[in-house]
Amino acid sequence: MTNPLLVELSRLQFALTAMYHFLFVPLTLGLSVLIAMMETVYVMTGRTIWRDMTKFWGLLFGINFALGVATGITMEFEFGMNWAFYSHYVGDIFGAPLAIEGLMAFFLEATFVGLFFFGWDKLSSRAHLAVTWMVALGSNLSALWILIANGWMQNPVGAAFNPDTMRMEVTDFAAVLFNPTAQAKFVHTVSAGYVCGAAFVPGISAFYLLRGRYIELAKRSFVIAAAFGVASALSVIVLGDESGYTITDNQKMKLAAMEAMWKTEPAPASFTVFGIPDMQAHDTRDAIEIPWVMGLIGTRSIDQQIPGIFDLVQKAEGNIRNGLVAYDALQKLKKNHADAAARADFEKTRGDLGYALLLKRYIENPLQATPQQIHDAAWSTVPSVPSIFFTFRFMVVFGFALLAVFLTSLWYTMREAEAPRWLFKLALFAFPLPWLAAELGWFVAEFGRQPWIIDGVLPTFLATSELGVFNLVLTIVGFTAVYGVLAVVECSLMLHAIKRGPDAVTGETISFADFPTITGAGAVAPAE
Amino acid sequence: MMQTLFDYTTLRLIWWVLLGVLLIGFAVTDGFDMGVGALLPFVAKTDTERRVAINTIGPVWEGNQVWFVLGGGAIFAAWPALYALSFSGFYLAMFLVLFALILRPVGFKYRSKREGAAWRRNWDWALFVGGAVPALIFGVAVGNVLEGVPFHFTDDLRPIYEGTLFGLLNPLALYCGLVSLAMLVMHGAAWLSFKAEGPVADRAAAFGSKAALVTALLFADGGILIWLGAFGGYQVTSPIVWDGPSNPLAKTVALDSAAWVKNFRATPWLAIVPLIGIVAPLLAAVGFSVRRAGLTFLASKLGVACIIATVGLSMFPVILPSSTHPNDSLAVFDASSSHATLRNMLIATVIFLPIVLGYTAWVYKVLWGKVSATTIQNAGSSVY
Repeated sequence: MTNPLLVELSRLQFALTAMYHFLFVPLTLGLSVLIAMMETVYVMTGRTIWRDMTKFWGLLFGINFALGVATGITMEFEFGMNWAFYSHYVGDIFGAPLAIEGLMAFFLEATFVGLFFFGWDKLSSRAHLAVTWMVALGSNLSALWILIANGWMQNPVGAAFNPDTMRMEVTDFAAVLFNPTAQAKFVHTVSAGYVCGAAFVPGISAFYLLRGRYIELAKRSFVIAAAFGVASALSVIVLGDESGYTITDNQKMKLAAMEAMWKTEPAPASFTVFGIPDMQAHDTRDAIEIPWVMGLIGTRSIDQQIPGIFDLVQKAEGNIRNGLVAYDALQKLKKNHADAAARADFEKTRGDLGYALLLKRYIENPLQATPQQIHDAAWSTVPSVPSIFFTFRFMVVFGFALLAVFLTSLWYTMREAEAPRWLFKLALFAFPLPWLAAELGWFVAEFGRQPWIIDGVLPTFLATSELGVFNLVLTIVGFTAVYGVLAVVECSLMLHAIKRGPDAVTGETISFADFPTITGAGAVAPAE
Repeated sequence: MMQTLFDYTTLRLIWWVLLGVLLIGFAVTDGFDMGVGALLPFVAKTDTERRVAINTIGPVWEGNQVWFVLGGGAIFAAWPALYALSFSGFYLAMFLVLFALILRPVGFKYRSKREGAAWRRNWDWALFVGGAVPALIFGVAVGNVLEGVPFHFTDDLRPIYEGTLFGLLNPLALYCGLVSLAMLVMHGAAWLSFKAEGPVADRAAAFGSKAALVTALLFADGGILIWLGAFGGYQVTSPIVWDGPSNPLAKTVALDSAAWVKNFRATPWLAIVPLIGIVAPLLAAVGFSVRRAGLTFLASKLGVACIIATVGLSMFPVILPSSTHPNDSLAVFDASSSHATLRNMLIATVIFLPIVLGYTAWVYKVLWGKVSATTIQNAGSSVY
């Protein structure tokens, strides 16, 4: 069996690089759409302040985009580097959306993003607007494809294990593409990205408004972002991806962990607002519950039951016993590919093969497992309930807080009167919340999937490359150092650009308070 | 017709060709970005000159780099065993490549956003590393593939790599690293003399003609050494089942000193490919000295493509040989994805690749024209 330390380090490295990458991606998603909207207003009205807004937010977008791209390269190769067995085992299915993502989305955004910055003088305003929308479309399509890949990890539809090639192979590509879990995740994640963009713009605009600088640009940016924010925050909350969690047993386990719901309740289940989940006692202490709400959120119905952890564990034990039949048949097939009886046994039970692999944590040959080991393996399908329970709650609280901030902002800015200063301070403080919520959301989805890397198919602890621990330590230190330096550089450049303000990109030396005496863009500005 | 087009054997061959197309697409586009990076400290002395050099690739490197990312994704989808083995096997080398490539996007983006001389000098070095190091490592990787890589599979098909980072640095691999570096420096110089004006273009042409000569010489010399059997290759010795299941444990493979030339012996007209791989860089060398930038760049592209294609042609049908367990080597007929995935991916490629090529061509057309010191001074902050 693989060195447990290697597994933990591989997971740590993936979490570090993915969560770091995911600091930049949501902002790219949200800001690309916001910028495209601003430029649309410019092209429709011909008012140059909207072009200046496009250029200014575009500058900040570019700084963020560079790091999103740079850290994304790591992700594309990390599966092969650190998760070689995973890559071989499911590459037939998982690789396809990644490749299509490159072909359909990365080329689009990367090819047009150059023209977005370099093409102002070379393109008509309509052509440039089309370029900007292509960048936004490319970013959003890339989210679609990566979430089709990730959705398959959560709900592995349309595939089966092939004993001749010892790996999972696609049986129904349409099912992989139209996986309901992936659809739910896409809408939820993209909306979360829009919320990031919608909090970033008013956050910085609020900074200008508090200082009394670039009032016209900041005001307009504040309004458009607040409106965009209300829509995105509503979408992120209403279309939360827990709707996808009732489809499979493992998704149900994640849902039960999020709710710390140990026993199955009669439908509709109550929602635990707060409590202290106890992994040893299998109970949640000091729980405060609201009747009905969980059933409504989880099933969108009042009569469907949501199973609790005890029932799911019991079911997992059955799956393990069934999986052992498949495992046994597979060993026979390895020795003799023509063994018809073994093949027939395997066909019947192969859906549960992954459950037998859970036993490899306890014993080299799962067929020799004791009943106690099978029992332990069944309980190993329960993720860390307290971590999931609390991170989920923090994410939800941040989501609602953001909705409140956007609604308040929109309410005040829609009125004729001057918006109060505390509103701008509020927007400034709300700035980091969507990032916190997005990272917590990633954690709930991925940590909540444990012990599986592919739900019900492959346990995480079997999926790594056979690397020396030293290699992992070296690269973790390396990535941390490089990413750390880049974070400092990025922040300093952002702050630098924000302090210099929009003048630096629009070529204006006058304040925007003097608007509308705006002239040609960028032509006379000194090289920065 | 549809039946033959979409049978498993044909699809595997198509995807073997597409693997080559991807690698060549990457080397021909991102290759000149890397060449420019590697040449940066030598062809551009002043800050304005450096900005000229950087801005020749400024608007396009991002799209070019997608060839690399797409290469990763497509190998994952079409050749999952290759993806799993090569990237975990070349682990620390891959880390160095990633490290260098991460420096590049941020280098381009951040360098000219601040004035300080030290700030810009540091990013110039980052761009140099981001160009030269991957160019070298990719060649070293190809050399190791030719040499054979120490790995095997367990009976669960878990890939086990047995080598170390320093094991990658064998003579053949270092030699291939030099070929790769010379080739991409030639290519970067060809781009600079095509796209830049003034002293940057002049110096690039001077460096380029030397690099092109070195490329032709090293490549021809390497070919002769392999022809003479100085480096052994790997030969599939069991009957090949072209449409069998992708299980690399079902065949036998043996070391054979003539294996890497047998395809050229069997089909002599294929020798046109390595021949162009020698002649095209020589033409480029001439083009650099007579300053015909457009033709030089074309010759350079052709040279890069044929040099890479030569490697694929000599190894076929082997893709990644194992030096310690030759029978576990990966080959075209036993390392691919399933029939369905190869077909689905081909459909996606046929639909989207022409679209990608179409808008890429449009973007290059919009950006047509040379970059000079005046362009940089007039463009203000809309350039790097």
